[in-house]
Amino acid sequence: MSNPLARRGFLVGGAVIGAGALVTACTSNEPAAQPTAAGTQPASPPAAGSDNDQPGKQITMGFSAPAADHGWIAAIAKNAEATAKQYSDVEFKPVEPTNDINAQISAVESLIAAKVGVLVILPNDGQQLNQVARQATEAGIPVVNLDRIFPDKLSYRTWIGGDNYGMGVAAGHYIGKKLKDKGVSNPVIVEIQGIATLPLTQDRSKGFADALKTYGFSVTAQQDAQFTVETGNEVASNLLQAHKKIDAMWNHDDDQGVGVLAAIKEAGRNEFFMVGGAGSANAMREIQSGNSVLEATVTYSPTMASSAVRLGRLIAQGKGMSDLVENQVPQSITLASETITKDNVAQYLPLGFES
Amino acid sequence: MTEARGPKAHERSPAGAEPVDPARPADQASAEAPDAPPADEHLRVEAQSRKPAAPPSPLARFGQARHLGLVLALVLLAIVGLITQPESFATTSNLVNILSLASTIGVITVGMTFVIIGGGIDLSVGALMALASVWATTLATQSYGPFVMILCAVLVGTGAGLVNGLLISYGRMVPFIATLAMLVAARGLAQRMSDRKTQLIQQGNELIVELSTTRVLGLPVLVYIFILVVAVGWVVLNRTTFGRRTYAVGGNPEAARLAGIDVRRHTLMLYALSGLCCGIAAVLIMARTTTGSSTHGDLYELDAIAAVIIGGTLLTGGRGTIIGSILGLLIFTVITNLFILNGLNTSDQLIAKGLIIVVAVLLQRRSLESRT
Repeated sequence: MSNPLARRGFLVGGAVIGAGALVTACTSNEPAAQPTAAGTQPASPPAAGSDNDQPGKQITMGFSAPAADHGWIAAIAKNAEATAKQYSDVEFKPVEPTNDINAQISAVESLIAAKVGVLVILPNDGQQLNQVARQATEAGIPVVNLDRIFPDKLSYRTWIGGDNYGMGVAAGHYIGKKLKDKGVSNPVIVEIQGIATLPLTQDRSKGFADALKTYGFSVTAQQDAQFTVETGNEVASNLLQAHKKIDAMWNHDDDQGVGVLAAIKEAGRNEFFMVGGAGSANAMREIQSGNSVLEATVTYSPTMASSAVRLGRLIAQGKGMSDLVENQVPQSITLASETITKDNVAQYLPLGFES
Repeated sequence: MTEARGPKAHERSPAGAEPVDPARPADQASAEAPDAPPADEHLRVEAQSRKPAAPPSPLARFGQARHLGLVLALVLLAIVGLITQPESFATTSNLVNILSLASTIGVITVGMTFVIIGGGIDLSVGALMALASVWATTLATQSYGPFVMILCAVLVGTGAGLVNGLLISYGRMVPFIATLAMLVAARGLAQRMSDRKTQLIQQGNELIVELSTTRVLGLPVLVYIFILVVAVGWVVLNRTTFGRRTYAVGGNPEAARLAGIDVRRHTLMLYALSGLCCGIAAVLIMARTTTGSSTHGDLYELDAIAAVIIGGTLLTGGRGTIIGSILGLLIFTVITNLFILNGLNTSDQLIAKGLIIVVAVLLQRRSLESRT
């Protein structure tokens, strides 16, 4: 390996994943390899994973993801490619990203025809891409399913993704605890969702409501935006009119959050605090500034793409995760959603994605 | 009354049509038929094109009948708002909010009205706005300061509009196809330029954001820009040769050509005008959201077209008003506002919007049939 930083990044990242899928949302992006950032990770003995980093059997890795019309997905593609480039034994074959289900199916078919060693797929829709993932598996190509899950376990070797329900729970706990401590009774809690028809949005909202319920609170108003800055702005400015006094707000997505924050500034409101979602660099800078209504954000980190590429490589080379006793990579890994506040933001900032 | 003005009927027809009883449309038609063709074809075509804009109904004195319908719809919505959310709907801040929300797409709607009256259609407006907003917020552009950013947005919008116009007028492409191609390409270019990221307005260029945060007499500056664009658009459409030619070109391009109007050049200018409006809208969306992004203005083309159609503009061209389009747009904006104030679902909102479009077009057809 010509790049010692990258190698250290792998060691820390791999060790943390192995340590148990609970604190893994922030692994492995390049800057994590900086000693300052890495030093704050839970200390794990890197020795166990050391030889996983050595060049092994030469493999080709196919990669297919939706077209990035959003900062998060853009970060997914970028992370995957950057991680793959760290390994001399990985030939990375990304296919043209697309938002068209049909096009993604034929892209994956072309990768199957090219007989790649392993496939990393973030499907546009798990249901609709299931069939082609199944084909790949039957052709003997292990599939690493990234984030949006295939309904059929026969279709993939390993799933790695974020925890949408957990994200809602994290946001709910932050808001619930803070309001409880303040002694607010009957608080006005506003929720701005992403695209309401997606299961991931429904999971987030359910987690949020469930966590709030433990404090005896409930969501006062809920409205959906489209994950874009402009819709976030429109929905937020209307919601601010609907509720003259708000106690807390959870916005599902930091990218649309830029528009939400603009609407809040425009309305000159600051009587409430806001929690974001996903963990964009921009939101983190806002949290760090300390004078914004945005006090916290709960992660759904695109670093999972880096982890997926690493897992794909290990699977193709028949290696296991060094901190686990098992000889093979586990079947599913759910990343935990972490809460970033002013206190720990410095540690997460290098992992934030530019939305 | 009309007969008394016999010799000058062809010149006075728009005014002369006013008192005619709407119950006797046939009389109106026959009264015009014997008109000798005037020596000046150019004048005649323009006069004729002006005619449909003149309402034949007695309600004309209060504004056109279809506008009255739109105003009634708005009043109805306001009543619904007052009943369901008495303490938050009729507040100044909510009204300001509705106007600011309408501003961005309102500016686009003005350009769209011109294009549709001129017999065309522009599907690329949302994408052009996104492209202009991205182009104006690249780090390179931002380093030159806010004025260059505004200039950049306006130039990009106008330039892309010119390309649309060239393809349609000189390249003889169908407007639907040419602007559809522009929609796809401009979105793609915007994604490429921004690397699919959201581009924030940097420190030092807050002047643009201040367009939405600074208030003059209680209204954000961007609302004044919107009003100014509407006012200029109204004057151009109703009080200038350019406006009359737009009606003429949209109503009957062949007649307009025979009358000496350079139809191709006029079409070119219409699309450039629409592009210009997209550029201005890009500045407003940058002000509102503090960003430029390739996701801005998604499906704006459909909202703008719907507002124009509800406003009584014929999709086939030749007839329409700016005020109608703006009223149509306000109806949409108020509906969105009402739904969110009442905490209702977006899906229901879409259904409501769809129904309104259907009802508006049915009414439009009826009023059209009663007139011919």
